[in-house]
Amino acid sequence: MRYGILLLGAPYSRQASHSALRFARALVAKGHILDSVFFYHDGVYNAARLAAPPQDEPHLMDGWKALHDEHGVKLDVCIAAALRRGLLNETEASRHGKEGYSIEAPFALTGLGQLVDLGLRCDRLITFAP
Amino acid sequence: MSKRGFAKEAEEEVRAMNDTQTDLQGDLLVILRHGPHGSSLLREGLDMALVAAAFGRRVSLLFMGTGCTALVSGQGQGPLGQKGTQATLNMLEMYDIETLLVESEAMHALGLKACDLSLPVIEVSPAQIQAAMTTHRLVATF
Repeated sequence: MRYGILLLGAPYSRQASHSALRFARALVAKGHILDSVFFYHDGVYNAARLAAPPQDEPHLMDGWKALHDEHGVKLDVCIAAALRRGLLNETEASRHGKEGYSIEAPFALTGLGQLVDLGLRCDRLITFAP
Repeated sequence: MSKRGFAKEAEEEVRAMNDTQTDLQGDLLVILRHGPHGSSLLREGLDMALVAAAFGRRVSLLFMGTGCTALVSGQGQGPLGQKGTQATLNMLEMYDIETLLVESEAMHALGLKACDLSLPVIEVSPAQIQAAMTTHRLVATF
């Protein structure tokens, strides 16, 4: 089956991101296709490139990146939810006159239209909420 | 009530449910389970609904639990400066989002009546909620 994941929970504050990542791994292990993960609401913090969790905890951002590298899973971040929470890629940072940037590839800033399309082209869209 | 009376009532309920079901088909059902001010989930759920409608999808909304309070009149911006949702709700009709379902049990628990709400709604039972979830291609819960 073709799956999509909608992740709404912030990393480390909530169980949602840990569960979503484990579910994603289980999907590909079972031979399903994971099309994309869409990060929305506080889930956008999963894309923070500067995240530096303690070494004895799972590195969630690296976990998502690995999923992209190994299985081509798209990592889409809602641009409206991200910008108001301080998560900007290089283009947006320069547009808004900010010195640093906090999101980079393979995470991509995109619109909610992508979420609707994802849900409609997948057999299942699974939401992980706070 | 007589046995026959019960049977008739049950039959009418099923017929009413079937009528509602045919109205309830669509591409996307957005379930809103949070009130307007405690979190941004309501606003972000509504945003998804508006975007889907703007792309020509048929969208229905289902307000459940404290999400029903979103429809109470006068949900303004308030002293915290959070963006209110009333303005967004008023735009729904412009986006052809006209199917607004509210969970009957939650309305009762919150002491709300349809006449307390700012927009026309259809109160739905658990069975009708179950039906709505199967008659929409995509369900997103906020």
